[in-house]
Amino acid sequence: MPVKGLIGAAERTSWLLVAPLVAILAFFLLLPIATIVMVSFWNYNEFTYFPDFVLDNYAYLLTSKVTLATYLKTLKFMVLTWVFCTAIGFTVAYFLAFHVRTLGMQIALFLVCTIPFWTSNIIRMISWIPFLGRNGLANSALINLGIIDQPLDWLLFSDFAVVLAFVHLYVLFMVVPVFNTMMRIDKSLIEAARDAGASGLQVLTNVIIPLSKPGIMIGSIFIVTLVMGDFITVRFMSGGQSASVGRVISNEIALLQYPAAAASAVVLLATVLLMIAVMLRFVDVRKEL
Amino acid sequence: MEPRPRSFWFLAAFFALFVAFLYGPIVTIGILSFQGPQGGLTFPMNGVSLHWFADLFERQAVGDIWGAFRRSLALGLMVMVVTVVLSVMGGLAFRRRFLGSGALFYLIVASLIIPSILVSLGVGLIFNILGWTVHWASSGFGAQLTWTLPFGLLIMFAVFNRFNKAYEEAARDLGASAWQTVRFIVLPIIGPSLIGVALFGFTLSYDEFARTLLAAGSYNTLPLEIFGMTTNVTSPVLYALGTLTTLFSFVIIGSCIVLAVVLRRRRAKLGSDAGKGMV
Repeated sequence: MPVKGLIGAAERTSWLLVAPLVAILAFFLLLPIATIVMVSFWNYNEFTYFPDFVLDNYAYLLTSKVTLATYLKTLKFMVLTWVFCTAIGFTVAYFLAFHVRTLGMQIALFLVCTIPFWTSNIIRMISWIPFLGRNGLANSALINLGIIDQPLDWLLFSDFAVVLAFVHLYVLFMVVPVFNTMMRIDKSLIEAARDAGASGLQVLTNVIIPLSKPGIMIGSIFIVTLVMGDFITVRFMSGGQSASVGRVISNEIALLQYPAAAASAVVLLATVLLMIAVMLRFVDVRKEL
Repeated sequence: MEPRPRSFWFLAAFFALFVAFLYGPIVTIGILSFQGPQGGLTFPMNGVSLHWFADLFERQAVGDIWGAFRRSLALGLMVMVVTVVLSVMGGLAFRRRFLGSGALFYLIVASLIIPSILVSLGVGLIFNILGWTVHWASSGFGAQLTWTLPFGLLIMFAVFNRFNKAYEEAARDLGASAWQTVRFIVLPIIGPSLIGVALFGFTLSYDEFARTLLAAGSYNTLPLEIFGMTTNVTSPVLYALGTLTTLFSFVIIGSCIVLAVVLRRRRAKLGSDAGKGMV
């Protein structure tokens, strides 16, 4: 059976090609998650953590009022960030895909949008200080314009600053997939809609938005997971005042309460996976490449 | 060409504001890093000087940033090489379905969207339980790969989705072996995209924070060092460092873009000899 033998060889080649990849993902992704699940049932005292099978970590976590408040706060950050990223990301992608006329210009402007993605997030957070601080540019501008007499305190180290920084850091995760989807929309569909008498707004709502949905979904998945798991932006931009799920985990780690941190991480992972599962019902990721 | 609709100008203004929003803050700290020696973290400028840049070169002032920079550079290059090689191999493998390809695809996507703190915590725990010492070049390296590999692979999948298999078939018809086809046909064609993968591999590693945090051990990478500074350094030296490392990133990104453009031009010039032959 020569044909079957041939298929077997191709299959083997594929496996050999992905073997190192599988090894890395197994050891640095699957095993860590399995370890976290395992350790979440372990016990700990002030000095160390040790193998055991206790449900205390979950019991404490799931009955604590703090947990609920933290999740609500994190969800609030997520929803606000998502709303702004989607509105801004869609508008920018729409401009690039449908109003910029040459491909060269599209690529150039697209690169302008993506370059900050390749620079440091921490530096980009720090760079809001001179803007938002008590004596920062925003306050001086508002005072000079006579809009306020006292500098606003809530610009930096506040929930406002957290959401602003999230949008600043993550809006590219919406622009890129939405632009990618829009570039594949067949332009003749838009012409057809125009010929059939649709106004510009009707083309947007009846043709472009429905066809851009997969891109919006992919962007949303990124934003949901990035914001839900964040611990650094919230800590830095709120000046340590706001809580988030990620910060709770990182605080537990800092206190060396690894089993508690692991239980929090498992609950976070379950929450995020649930949200993604819902969103994946609307999009086939493999078709979007 | 039809005239621009009014919506164009509105959207163009929106886009300009968006670009200002993206770049404004970084330009501001670029300017403020030239503060005079007495200057603070905000405007006004208290004179203009290179004082804070000079501070960066004095060991005592800011800790071990040059060591951190060297480590980040080495780690970035390691991650870049592995990301490029494994992404090409994965891209080649995924051109046909194989047993487990669907599951592996979802594993790759999962690697991208899993909250970073889980990778950091999990890798830290494994090393801790096994009694191994976490180090940027072992645990840190692996943790970063879980972030860079999905980007590289997704780019390669997109590249191979648009790849014209006729070239390979032609090579095979002319008697090329499988390896020769890859080496002389496939790799030259996908070459420019590899620059993109390399750029992702290097810059994402160079700036990575969350996944490296608990996996880097006692020697910090540059982003970890910078984050440590934010809690105890309150002078424009932080801005000077931010400006330098952002400039460094810009140089890397710029070189990659230029290289990609040059390669594309050269290919456009040399790529086809149709109509130039003797007959």
